[in-house]
Amino acid sequence: MTSTRNDLTSADVAELSRLLSTGEVSAVEVTRAHLDRITAEDGRLGAYLHVETDAALAAAAAVDEARAAGDELGPLAGVPVALKDLVVTEGVPTTSGSKILEGWLPPYSATIATRLAEAGTVLLGKTNMDEFAMGSSTENSAYQVTRNPWDTDRIPGGSSGGSSAAVAGDLAPWSIGTDTGGSIRQPAAVTGLVGHKPTYGSVSRYGLIAFSSSLDQAGPMARTVLDAALMHEVIGGHDPRDSTSIDSPLTGLADAARAGAAGDLRGVRIGVVRELGGEGHTDGYEPGVLARTREAIEVLAGLGAEVTEVSCPSFDLALPAYYLIAPSEASSNLARYEGVRFGLRVGDDGSHDLDEVMALTREAGFGPEVKRRIILGTYALSSGYYEAYYGQAQKVRTLITRDFTAAFADVDVLVSPTTPTVAFPIGARVEDPIAMYAADLCTLPASLAGLPAISVPSGLSDGLPVGLQVMAPALADDRCYRVAAALEAAQDAARGHRLLDELPGRGAAA
Amino acid sequence: MGFPGSMSSISREDVEHLARLARLAVTDDELDRFAGQLDQVLSAVARVGEAAVADVPPMSHAVPLTNVLRADVVTPSLPRDVVLAGAPAAEDDRIRVPRILGDAE
Repeated sequence: MTSTRNDLTSADVAELSRLLSTGEVSAVEVTRAHLDRITAEDGRLGAYLHVETDAALAAAAAVDEARAAGDELGPLAGVPVALKDLVVTEGVPTTSGSKILEGWLPPYSATIATRLAEAGTVLLGKTNMDEFAMGSSTENSAYQVTRNPWDTDRIPGGSSGGSSAAVAGDLAPWSIGTDTGGSIRQPAAVTGLVGHKPTYGSVSRYGLIAFSSSLDQAGPMARTVLDAALMHEVIGGHDPRDSTSIDSPLTGLADAARAGAAGDLRGVRIGVVRELGGEGHTDGYEPGVLARTREAIEVLAGLGAEVTEVSCPSFDLALPAYYLIAPSEASSNLARYEGVRFGLRVGDDGSHDLDEVMALTREAGFGPEVKRRIILGTYALSSGYYEAYYGQAQKVRTLITRDFTAAFADVDVLVSPTTPTVAFPIGARVEDPIAMYAADLCTLPASLAGLPAISVPSGLSDGLPVGLQVMAPALADDRCYRVAAALEAAQDAARGHRLLDELPGRGAAA
Repeated sequence: MGFPGSMSSISREDVEHLARLARLAVTDDELDRFAGQLDQVLSAVARVGEAAVADVPPMSHAVPLTNVLRADVVTPSLPRDVVLAGAPAAEDDRIRVPRILGDAE
């Protein structure tokens, strides 16, 4: 039975869906296999902040009963899922990785959590993250360190590092991450997963704990491009509860992934962004990352794509613009944690007034990176500095968007490395914010422009995963899935197995 | 403005003032640490000043939407007991708040 169990926790969702639909396995068996593996392995990985053991088994049993009764079930009924801990879930602890929300039980659920539940998926638990999604390593969590399954001395990326470690470590078949400046794509890249940041406004933000509202977007983290597309189709689409939600139907994302996997990219024009690791722009990029990127582009060209180099000069200013805009919005969004209506309250002993209680609560409840960003954002929004910092950053945002618009006049998608380096050692960048921020170098432009972008594995460097980023125009998420699936299928066929199967302890390596 | 010092330089006193504005009762140790780190971050992000943007409009958002309206109909709110259960302190069916005036006032 051990082999069956390993198969269930390492299978992709398309396969789990088939096994469940045909009745070869029950939803309870699938859920129990994951819960058992969480019990055995999560002490080592630290992916979960909360596991819904009893509720997950009950939900799985309900799926099995419905199936036995002959009810019409969706293809994902009984498939387990993990949610990043900033997705609000009614009655299930939700902390956003912060002590200021420790013990809070939300009174409602996020739209994406509701849609996943309505599809019959089973919530395994909530995954660790950098506090309020501020970070690129998950080391800013107020609760625990999460480790990369490829090398447990290294970071799993961030801020969705619990979600990446859970899926790469076989503790969930797929998960939800959120991406403000790269927090889906970078953790997916460094753990050998597929991670897609949808077009801004195409997935509801209702019930996502806000970091930087003009940038925040939830999306899938999965073992295959097709799985990511399947999840995107479940969570995406218009939601009247999010005023920035785009009221237009999703294009066929799973179909695009299947079309891409067929391996024909003739007629697809791919632009390689010079400013993201190209000639004259290689500072900070590891040679192994650049080599895997070049090879991946050759694979795509070999499938018929027309490849050209494209210049987007304003991308050089994406990092400074982002680190003004995001902290500015965060300093405003995080004002809601005032120790009055919900969450932590500190110093309410009769000797302090409301103002002092607020300051004491926020001092005790927020970690250092959150405080740094609130202070920076407060500074950038101050009168006298607003135009020079926040105002200027907003104009740079326009320039970056114009660079994309000009590039997409000539090409269908843009590609780059997802992140300049493989997973770095735990602790290496904790006291150096600038070094930490550099992990987001390649992912920030699409974030600022609100465009869809996917990270798909491109191979290993020194035994650690590297990701290729594919960016597309707004609402052309299908192009990301098509090109990513083409690369995935070609590389899987060439090596004879998935990249994830090379993870130490997995089948192909043993 | 209450920020002495030149552009793209942030002093310990600036950080202390900003922390007070942001209602963060930071410690002396944090002030020492944050001032250095924030000064570094600020000199890195000040590069946005290099961009030639004289005639460029600012972009606040990726989705050009304005005035998203919904029908003016009553929809259910969260029940009072559910909301109060999440509050740090409640009394007489209300959220209890610390006194709003300090001793000196």
